Amino acid sequence: MKINIVLSALMFSLLLVACGGKEEKKKDGFSVDRTKSTEKTVETSTATDEVPASQRVTLDEKGVGQIKSITLDPEIDMEMANAGEAIYNTNCTACHKLDKRFIGPSPRGIMKRRSPEWIMNMILDPKLMTEQDRCAKDLLIEFNGAAMANQNLTVEETRSILEYFRTL
Amino acid sequence: MKNYKHYVFALLGVGLLLAGCGNQNGKSSSNGALSSSAAEKVYVAPGEQDEYYAFLSGGYSGNLTVYGLPSGRMFKEIPVFSQFPTSGYGYSEETKPMLNTSFGFVPWDDSHHPDISQTNGELDGRWIFINGNNTPRIARISLSTFETEEIIEVPNSAGNHSSSFITENTEYVVAGTRFSVPVPQRDMPINEYKGNFKGALSFISVDPEHGHLDMKFQLLMPGFNYDLSHPGRGKSHGWFFFTTYNTEEANSLMEVNSSQNDKDFIAAINWKKIEEYVNNGGGTKMPANYAHNVYDEHSHTATSTMRKEVLTVDPTKVPGAVFFLPTPKSPHGCDVDPTGQYIIGNGKLSADLTVHSFDKMIAAIEGEKFDGEAYGIPILKFEDVLAGTVKSGGLGPLHTEFDGKGNAYTTFFISSEVVKWKLGTWEVIDRKPTFYSVGHLMIPGGNSRKPFGKYVVAMNKITKDRYLPTGPEMEHSAQIYDISGEKMELLYDFPTHGEPHYAAGCPAELLAPKSKKIYRLTENKHEFATLTPNDARVERNGNEVHIYMSTIRSHFTPDNIEGIKVGDKVYFHITNHEQDFDVPHGFSIIGQNTSELLVMPGQTKTSIWEPKKVGVWPFYCTDFCSALHQEMQGYVRVSPANSNIELSWSLGE
Repeated sequence: MKINIVLSALMFSLLLVACGGKEEKKKDGFSVDRTKSTEKTVETSTATDEVPASQRVTLDEKGVGQIKSITLDPEIDMEMANAGEAIYNTNCTACHKLDKRFIGPSPRGIMKRRSPEWIMNMILDPKLMTEQDRCAKDLLIEFNGAAMANQNLTVEETRSILEYFRTL
Repeated sequence: MKNYKHYVFALLGVGLLLAGCGNQNGKSSSNGALSSSAAEKVYVAPGEQDEYYAFLSGGYSGNLTVYGLPSGRMFKEIPVFSQFPTSGYGYSEETKPMLNTSFGFVPWDDSHHPDISQTNGELDGRWIFINGNNTPRIARISLSTFETEEIIEVPNSAGNHSSSFITENTEYVVAGTRFSVPVPQRDMPINEYKGNFKGALSFISVDPEHGHLDMKFQLLMPGFNYDLSHPGRGKSHGWFFFTTYNTEEANSLMEVNSSQNDKDFIAAINWKKIEEYVNNGGGTKMPANYAHNVYDEHSHTATSTMRKEVLTVDPTKVPGAVFFLPTPKSPHGCDVDPTGQYIIGNGKLSADLTVHSFDKMIAAIEGEKFDGEAYGIPILKFEDVLAGTVKSGGLGPLHTEFDGKGNAYTTFFISSEVVKWKLGTWEVIDRKPTFYSVGHLMIPGGNSRKPFGKYVVAMNKITKDRYLPTGPEMEHSAQIYDISGEKMELLYDFPTHGEPHYAAGCPAELLAPKSKKIYRLTENKHEFATLTPNDARVERNGNEVHIYMSTIRSHFTPDNIEGIKVGDKVYFHITNHEQDFDVPHGFSIIGQNTSELLVMPGQTKTSIWEPKKVGVWPFYCTDFCSALHQEMQGYVRVSPANSNIELSWSLGE
């Protein structure tokens, strides 16, 4: 009887080998790997930046995306800012409130922390940013994993939101 | 006993070893190279896309399904005549009017023959039309949103079967009645059918810009059964051809009594002539009552209007407009080749195909060579209009499509096969079996001046052993054949939904680039839209409560609502604030007596909820929208009918 068991096991392993299947290192019994790989990445990111992403000042970072360089007039263009406010109210207020931290951060004071390019890139392609920009990635984690929605705004619309942010 | 078990495992191991590594030893090796090349032809690798769209009617599902060719993968079911809980179509307040008819709300139909809009006889990919056979209706579906935009009821019709085929510039979508009925409907003995019933052929005009449908005129023909139809094209543009059966005008035991005449007719209608006649004030206005339902893409809302009049035309009043072409054995399919020269009538009780010549028909009409008349309509002589006969050897020919290279392909229901033959010489080139009992077949663009003759799809009525059995009821089977060579090659089987009768197909590049991705929030003109979350609110008007709610990943605004009472009628107006492709949100609430809503980005949809029990009741998003989808929920507090709880709503407070 024992021989037969061995034989069938042999056949089974033959099957695995024959099909080029990876040889599985099988441990007896039941075990759980308790080291979470995600914990490691969090560790390394917080090790270098003690400050939460929302408080960090990254004015030198332009982010990843189509906006490479923006020059702001010293004067705020109020017409543009008003248009931006309307677009912001329709597309952004579900998650971003002026007076509090909500699903995402408040835009108040953002011009002191982020570059104009970074802000526009974040609005235009949040998926790309959270994949490739360090600060955007940390913000996603800080804000509970609630990914920012791409609202399919044009560059012009996004630029006017930026102008609105200057008035806050 | 125990020992045996281990032997069995061991043997199983060996067996697995032999079979496990591919097909070298399995039975599929007998097909060898052939089957692997067929596999390559239908294989669309992960991430790659199909070459053609195919739109298959859903038959008794009432809908239209969208497939890819050559893979046979189903992409979407478009609700047309039937309620569809998957999206809320026919359940939401916005779409209920789409299913309104003169018989009230009819939440189902039997959809048969889709046809894609054309310009100059070529597919233009603007719209697709389909008929409801049971409660006669014609629908127009947008090929940018893939949503049903319009449904018009067809009065004086019954069994709307020789429909919905379009003329070569989409001037008209044509709908003919399969069952003749009293016109107008009245209380009369059934056995007085003969000579008294009428067959209405309806010409519904299509607005070239918006596609809006209008009942231009109805031709009141003798009381035959108008089975199928197709437009003339090219040289025969301006004509429309209908097969008829039951020219006996029998009203009972039809399977015997409607098969007595050796020949029935193809009715040739010069619609240009009739159009001119009605444009000059011809025809008789008749009281009628039929629904015209239009869905607006910007208000996301349908309206239903009852039309009260229809313009009817007596064919004998328009000389030179209507003729009968004798055609053997209860013809079913009525197909016109890409040049417009040949009109093929498939006598379903015959072994042969009858091909009429348009040129010969015109010559016979001009020579006034008539072989009598039926109810005042001239009958042409069979021999004078006949172009040729295809002696196929098959049984039960039904439908014919064309490849644009001078070949025709005809299905044979009884002998279960597709037969390829040559136009002009009528010789049979090839025949291949189908599995089983094929009805229609479809070549993309096959009903146009410019077919794309690479594949033919055969749609079968009987499935039997083609797939794993699923109890007595199974989906129908379809087969795809490569027709690029001299001989047809069977490539693949795929199941279809409901009962596809006809289908329409077109190259993917005609539709894919203009397929709509989102609805713009800024273009949302819905009466109850919530355009910014600041406008989210709850309003009471007596026992009617309107909740203006918005959604974005991953919350509802508001998500806590109090002050609702038992006996209220609560309208949830949900606006999806996403503006990204493929991010719908769903909405459902416990005890909802309708279906969920699936709200596309930028869209507003409404569901009615009538709370019956006191308590705190949850609602949630039904479409997994983000990592925090499970958190996308809210509560409604329902108080007793006499409670004084104030209406209030909030989010995150």
